[in-house]
Amino acid sequence: MAELLRFATAGSVDDGKSTLIGRLLYDTKSIFEDQLEAVERTSRDRGDEHVNLALLTDGLRAEREQGITIDVAYRYFATPKRTFIIADTPGHIQYTRNMVTGASTASLALVLIDARNGIVEQSRRHAFITSLLRVPHLVVCVNKMDLVDYDEAVFNRIKDEFRNFATKLDIGDLSFIPISALKGDNVVHRSENMPWYDGTSLLHHLEDVHIASDRNLIDVRFPVQYVIRPQSTEHHDYRGYAGTVAGGVMKPGDEVLVLESGLTTTIESIDTADGPVEEAYSPMSVTVRLKDDIDISRGDMICRPQNRPQATQDVDAMVCWLTSDPLHVRGMYGLKHTTRNVRAQVKDIEYRIDVNSLHRDETAETLSLNEIGRIKLRTTKPLFVDEYRRNRTTGSFLLIDEATGATVGAGMIL
Amino acid sequence: MTAPTTYELSSLQALEAESIHIFREVAAEFERPVLLFSGGKDSVVMLHVARKAFWPAPIPFPVMHVDTGHNFPEVLAFRDSTVQEMGLRLVVASVEESIAKGRVRERPDGVRNPLQTVTLLDAIQQGQFDAVFGGARRDEEKARAKERVFSFRDEFGQWDPKAQRPELWSLYNGRHHKGEHIRIFPLSNWTELDIWSYLKQEDAPLPSIYFAHEREVFQRDGMWLPVSEFTSPKESEEVVTLTVRYRTVGDIPITGAVESSAASYDEIIAEVAATRVTERGATRADDRLSEAAMEDRKKEGYF
Repeated sequence: MAELLRFATAGSVDDGKSTLIGRLLYDTKSIFEDQLEAVERTSRDRGDEHVNLALLTDGLRAEREQGITIDVAYRYFATPKRTFIIADTPGHIQYTRNMVTGASTASLALVLIDARNGIVEQSRRHAFITSLLRVPHLVVCVNKMDLVDYDEAVFNRIKDEFRNFATKLDIGDLSFIPISALKGDNVVHRSENMPWYDGTSLLHHLEDVHIASDRNLIDVRFPVQYVIRPQSTEHHDYRGYAGTVAGGVMKPGDEVLVLESGLTTTIESIDTADGPVEEAYSPMSVTVRLKDDIDISRGDMICRPQNRPQATQDVDAMVCWLTSDPLHVRGMYGLKHTTRNVRAQVKDIEYRIDVNSLHRDETAETLSLNEIGRIKLRTTKPLFVDEYRRNRTTGSFLLIDEATGATVGAGMIL
Repeated sequence: MTAPTTYELSSLQALEAESIHIFREVAAEFERPVLLFSGGKDSVVMLHVARKAFWPAPIPFPVMHVDTGHNFPEVLAFRDSTVQEMGLRLVVASVEESIAKGRVRERPDGVRNPLQTVTLLDAIQQGQFDAVFGGARRDEEKARAKERVFSFRDEFGQWDPKAQRPELWSLYNGRHHKGEHIRIFPLSNWTELDIWSYLKQEDAPLPSIYFAHEREVFQRDGMWLPVSEFTSPKESEEVVTLTVRYRTVGDIPITGAVESSAASYDEIIAEVAATRVTERGATRADDRLSEAAMEDRKKEGYF
């Protein structure tokens, strides 16, 4: 059974990220001849010295004209063990919002460091965003090892320095792999040029990293998305609550509590179009039927009587600001949390964090595009929340500009 | 289902769950969704997943076919039988009618694919649809690789790739004003191989032209075109009978067949897994126009 792994990469052209992705795709036979021909033709027309694999992912006209990546690109490849979705994001500071977007759905983040330059400001920023977004696994690829004579001391120095910095962050699983994306060392196969390295190749790591326990299988959380009532002769009395399991394991016979009413009942059955299931867990999309006929609608949350999310109108959160019009204290926004839409007012900005130095500016009065800070919100109706560190689904929300409908903020509940 | 002890989903189960989530989110938050259904394999998968999302209730929205008038008869028959079996309401948006009404003009080359945009946008406006499901996948083409699952369109149906809403977690933002709409792509994260593997897993029927069959074809611009009502060989173009199948289904004059003996899902999956050319590169003349052909058409409101 092939599993799905979503991972995010961050970096700029200079650190070899596109070359690395190009090699992963090429060596797993995921680049097609016509795509490669188109890239070769464009590289030639532009007078590039090498075939520029960045052109594979930089799909928009403006990106190709300016030679930059301006948006998240999704790429796909598969091995017999796993299928992979890469969210490829540009690494420059003005694209912090894109890296946050890519990291939000990732189980693993891949950060590249140029062996010649060591840890730079950008590496620290990428590590910080990985920890902020609670990406469970971080892989640091020390690239261009061929240009430092495959020297173990260089690799160890970078590794130690990074570990030292990472102690200030909350990173679950941290790995280091010395590679040369250009030459292929340790990308798909173990390199003979670095006999001192006893770990696995990058692809092997991506295939083997244990992701099953990244999900929350403890706290039952089922945000009701849609009520299914066929009202047909055959299914006359059918009333099911459809949704995607956000946490825990649900079973028929379990006693459950429904928010916001606070009423308790029992799970009668967990249905899918392929028949009922004995257990449901994240991220399954199922339909739950309950023993008692109680009033439930979209935006309600099914949980367990002894283990419920916090119902609150006061939310403390880290927010990444995604738009040029800054966030202000007293600003009013639309807020989408699980299947619930409410309005929220900004009560306070506690601090703005410098994504490079991690310095907290407690005098900040606004958050501008690509800035991250801690804020307090008051919502018009209660939300059923968990800490983001405990559950990435019930701990996250969007802020929406009510006039334009644009998504302006990404929030992680503290 | 999977073994209950591991709490793991297969890649196809995870993709299906994500698509079901998207369908339900749209049904809950929009007033008038519509699903674009051509009888092509991606729209067949889309419809199949939609049925699962609302089971045992019927699919709570109609389907729309943007009909160029240049159809494979096998595909049209498949469309009609599917709609009948599933009890769906079908809206046909006809390019021929758009031509007759003077909304668009026939191109000198007779290709109607680019004309579909006007017909589609007219039909969206007329039906007052606020959410339009499309079967496009990000692995198909590089402009599509950058498109959101919920893709905002302004009052002219235009896509602005530089002003897309960031899309985080599984929180989809479908806000829009009257007259604007959102294109929804529930299969964004599926690959061509996923589509075929899923069709096999679900044993879902497809139009017969996807499977190997004998057909009279001739070669033009490096593609095998069928001898049909809409495409006939020039004097210099030799007609041969080959065993072929289609990897994509579109407007006949621009959709090429590939030589293949793959007659079952297993054989097609083996062929797709080994192929070295993308489905669009192999069979779609419309995408060969320029590096940014798809991006330009999408900006105007194309699928």
